[in-house]
Amino acid sequence: MDKVIVAKDLSLAYSDDETIINKANFSIDSGSFVFITGASGSGKSTLLKSLYGALKPKEGSLVVGGVELNGVSSSKLNFLRKHLGIVFQDYKLVKEWTVEKNIMLPLIINGYDKSVTQNQVDSLLKHVKLRHQAAKYPPELSGGEQQRVAMARALAHNPILILADEPTGNLDDYSSQVIWNLLEGANEQLKTTVIVVTHHIPETMGVRYKHYHIEFGAIREVL
Amino acid sequence: MKSFKNHLSLVIALLSILFSLQIFTIVERSIDAYKENLATNYALVAVAQKRIDVKSLIRANPLVEDVEQLSPDAVIKRLNGSMSKKNIELLKLTLPKFYKLKLKHYPTPQELEELSAKLLRSQSINKVESFTKTHDTTYKLLLLFKTVVSVFAFTVLLVTVLLIFKELRIWQFQHNERMSIMGLFGAPVWLRSAVLFRLAIVDAIIAFLLAFALFMYLSTTEWVHKQFESIGIEVIFFDTLHDSLIMLGVALAISILLAVFIVLGHKEEV
Repeated sequence: MDKVIVAKDLSLAYSDDETIINKANFSIDSGSFVFITGASGSGKSTLLKSLYGALKPKEGSLVVGGVELNGVSSSKLNFLRKHLGIVFQDYKLVKEWTVEKNIMLPLIINGYDKSVTQNQVDSLLKHVKLRHQAAKYPPELSGGEQQRVAMARALAHNPILILADEPTGNLDDYSSQVIWNLLEGANEQLKTTVIVVTHHIPETMGVRYKHYHIEFGAIREVL
Repeated sequence: MKSFKNHLSLVIALLSILFSLQIFTIVERSIDAYKENLATNYALVAVAQKRIDVKSLIRANPLVEDVEQLSPDAVIKRLNGSMSKKNIELLKLTLPKFYKLKLKHYPTPQELEELSAKLLRSQSINKVESFTKTHDTTYKLLLLFKTVVSVFAFTVLLVTVLLIFKELRIWQFQHNERMSIMGLFGAPVWLRSAVLFRLAIVDAIIAFLLAFALFMYLSTTEWVHKQFESIGIEVIFFDTLHDSLIMLGVALAISILLAVFIVLGHKEEV
């Protein structure tokens, strides 16, 4: 099976004197569903940041979607990010754009045709049950609704890899269920690799998944 | 409303730059026109013991445009009753020759001094009357006026640049988040900053249109024309094509530079 992520002796740090992840070795198969857990401050979000190139490896090698992120150029990083779908804990929606335009963002960046873009956005709005909110701005929505918009945006361009940082952290049950359904659907139907950083793995997951745990800077698979 | 206010502050800053630039241009033009006017009315008087070669004098002094010999008849006429005809003829031969020297442009005090010295060295000229005192006062007044306007324009420019830098910080804060989010989804720099450049260009065009309308209006105002007429000069207050292009160019250059600073100063959130 193809590997979408390969890490060799990967060390991550924000400063020279404090290493968050220490010489980690792991790989993730294409099309798999992966949970990464760990205590607060263990380095889960740091690892996720390194996967979309927001934090460069301190040491070792990290290959995501065939792109080596250690010493990556900005053009190569942009190329990789165009094929990623990222869901952030704080949503990261553009406040001055409508819900519709926020979902369009990856499609615009990837140069999709206007009619394709509109159809895709309409379909996603239906899936996240926010059709009636299309013309609203993020600050006018609840946290759960904003996270569903962020989820729709992450799925818009059929990415090869979805990276989600605590996607249901503070959400109500309804919004959480919508998010999990979408992530499972993308993984099952589109064979998209999904990596979710979370504190708790939902009890009723509809897909097979792998579980990695981070502790004291080391990453180990939980069998 | 907040966004409108932010637009307004850049538009006002740009407008004040365009305003001071155009005022400076008008003052420059007025001074040039006034200097031309002075040059037309201004002449040196050279006194020579014998007739001088006008052509070679003009050739030797590029600043001199024309030389005209002043007739002594008016003076001699007054002596007609008290002197015999023979004596008058004798006087005519012994009287020094007076020449009026027209200059190509209104000279600086240094040019005037150099020209006087050169004339006194050449041929048989033994006196040059340059009316220095009057000339100096007028010229220094013009220079003082120009300096005052330059200082004023520079002060406006300085204050406006400070205002623009304040605006730059606001824009940086406003656009940083959107640019970072777009960057996280792989948008190239040009796409991330497209909105910023569009805003900068729109603000520059708004500022230009306001300045254009203002100076077009002023150029058709009777009061403005009367002011120039009263000092006897004719000035192009607002050259529709030339001045418009300069104003538009300056407004675009400043606002695009502002956008470039923001793009260069943008740091991706980690």
